[in-house]
Amino acid sequence: MGSIELARSVARSSGAARSRRRPLGRLAARGGLYALLILGGLVMLFPFAWMVSTSFKPDRELFVTPPQLIPAPFTPENYARVAETFPLARFMLNSLIVAAISASAQILTSAMAAYGFARLRFRGRDALFLVYLATLMVPLQVTIVPLFVEMRVLGLVNTYPALILPTIASAFGTFMLRQAILSLPRELDEAAFIDGASHWTVFRRIVLPLSRPALAAFGIFAFMASWNSFLWPLVVISSQDLMTLPVGLSNLHGRYETAWNLVMAGATISVIPIMAVYAVAQKHVIRGVALSGLKG
Amino acid sequence: MVGERGWRKAATATLFLAPSLVPLALFTLGPMVASFGLSFLRWDLIRPARPVGLANYSGVLADPDFHAAVLHTAFFIAGYLPLVYVGGLVIALGLNQRLRGLAVFRSIYFLPVVTSWVVVALVWKWLLNPDDGIVNYLLSLVGIQGPGWWTDPAWAMPSIILASAWKDLGFVMVILLAGLQAIPEDYYEAAAVDGAGRWARFRSITLPLLSPASFFVLVISLINSFQVFDQIWVMTNGGPAGASSVVVEQIVKHAFSYGQMGYAAAMSWILFAAILGVTLVQFRLQQRWVTYG
Repeated sequence: MGSIELARSVARSSGAARSRRRPLGRLAARGGLYALLILGGLVMLFPFAWMVSTSFKPDRELFVTPPQLIPAPFTPENYARVAETFPLARFMLNSLIVAAISASAQILTSAMAAYGFARLRFRGRDALFLVYLATLMVPLQVTIVPLFVEMRVLGLVNTYPALILPTIASAFGTFMLRQAILSLPRELDEAAFIDGASHWTVFRRIVLPLSRPALAAFGIFAFMASWNSFLWPLVVISSQDLMTLPVGLSNLHGRYETAWNLVMAGATISVIPIMAVYAVAQKHVIRGVALSGLKG
Repeated sequence: MVGERGWRKAATATLFLAPSLVPLALFTLGPMVASFGLSFLRWDLIRPARPVGLANYSGVLADPDFHAAVLHTAFFIAGYLPLVYVGGLVIALGLNQRLRGLAVFRSIYFLPVVTSWVVVALVWKWLLNPDDGIVNYLLSLVGIQGPGWWTDPAWAMPSIILASAWKDLGFVMVILLAGLQAIPEDYYEAAAVDGAGRWARFRSITLPLLSPASFFVLVISLINSFQVFDQIWVMTNGGPAGASSVVVEQIVKHAFSYGQMGYAAAMSWILFAAILGVTLVQFRLQQRWVTYG
């Protein structure tokens, strides 16, 4: 046995012995790690807890020292007060309509384009794909002024279509779904073509069902992106009836500068739907982010 | 001559691509070209547009408000980027220890990422309330007199940085954790056998093999920091006294409050050029520190 190998085997056995000999030390390290992670988790959760807690406090309890996490007395009245002056339900409905249509449209248009780029052969395909990728880099701030002018010319400022139309296609979705379709085996498609199937049939019957996980991940992203989007709705919507939740909330805050219990009631209501989506679909969301790095 | 099959092919391609190509052309590519054209015009949406050559660009570059906004954006990046990266890395390393309950922790840390900016900004504005906020109360318990946070020009940007890092930590963590989990276990075992200590293993295995994920996170985070807007609009609206005014906020104000469409468009192209430039530099520099495979 050479000296290096000997040293290695000694190191190996002493390493094994060490971990066997000091279970207490390892236990302590583990405990310390858990304590840190739990502390970090509390830092992440506390602001949400404080938001909910504040939303149930009567006015005079807002500014007491020491602040109480559990509201006493506990009152749901703030929700009613907010609902009296601000159509929160309407905001939520608007957000829901816009996000649902925008996400479904994006899934459909992106999946079709993705199929085109992954499975069809036509002249200029790769150049066109580069154009799609190029649009990914353009920030909204660059296009927002002409987009607003365009909506004005079309007479769409302050309408649902103004919120929805600019978001019915997604270069990012096309890119993400193209990757998913490229990873599918071609044998199934070819068998179907031999049986006389058209591209549309192959797309509908084979490719779409097989890319369901990618479609789900992308659909959730698209929904969340729309649900949380702020700048464009802020610019293009002015009447209260058409406002989405983020814009409505921002106005609510403008109105009730210091009535934090009312503002937090609005904030609490507005996170419920997105939290529900997240609770159901978090695996898809996190896996999707890890794979593609898109922000929710 | 294009044969019948050629036409067929073209028709099929059109069928699949038109539904995304038409909206992209109308609502992204078109406006992008128009924005470039607009940046050479003076236009308030009411009177007819008038070409002004490069006047918008030279105007923006000489505008003291723009200089201040650039400085604030740079301050934001300098505070936010290290905070969110190091924080995300520490959490990812902690979660990469084959722990029980990993999925629960991961979901909790990720929660702020799915929450809208407006909600996060409002909640933090309340947490960081100078007089009755819970953060200053907790600080007072340990004998610290908390600052005026978003009401104090010196503390407005740090408040925004704090809220932003809190919101994006989970995003950075998820990407880095995926990167960590892709590092083969036997690298560590081999290094341990060779007598490498924890720190040495971290420096010579973890950091280099994590570098592609780090690179990705830094590129995305930097692009997003250049475009910081929502949280500022809600928390400070650029104030107090313009202390947290940033580039995108300037674009929005010039376009939609002052009606200077061309000026705003020019500013947006300067921002885009800066983002593109910095991203290209990052790609150039990646050979120096990013190890693939």
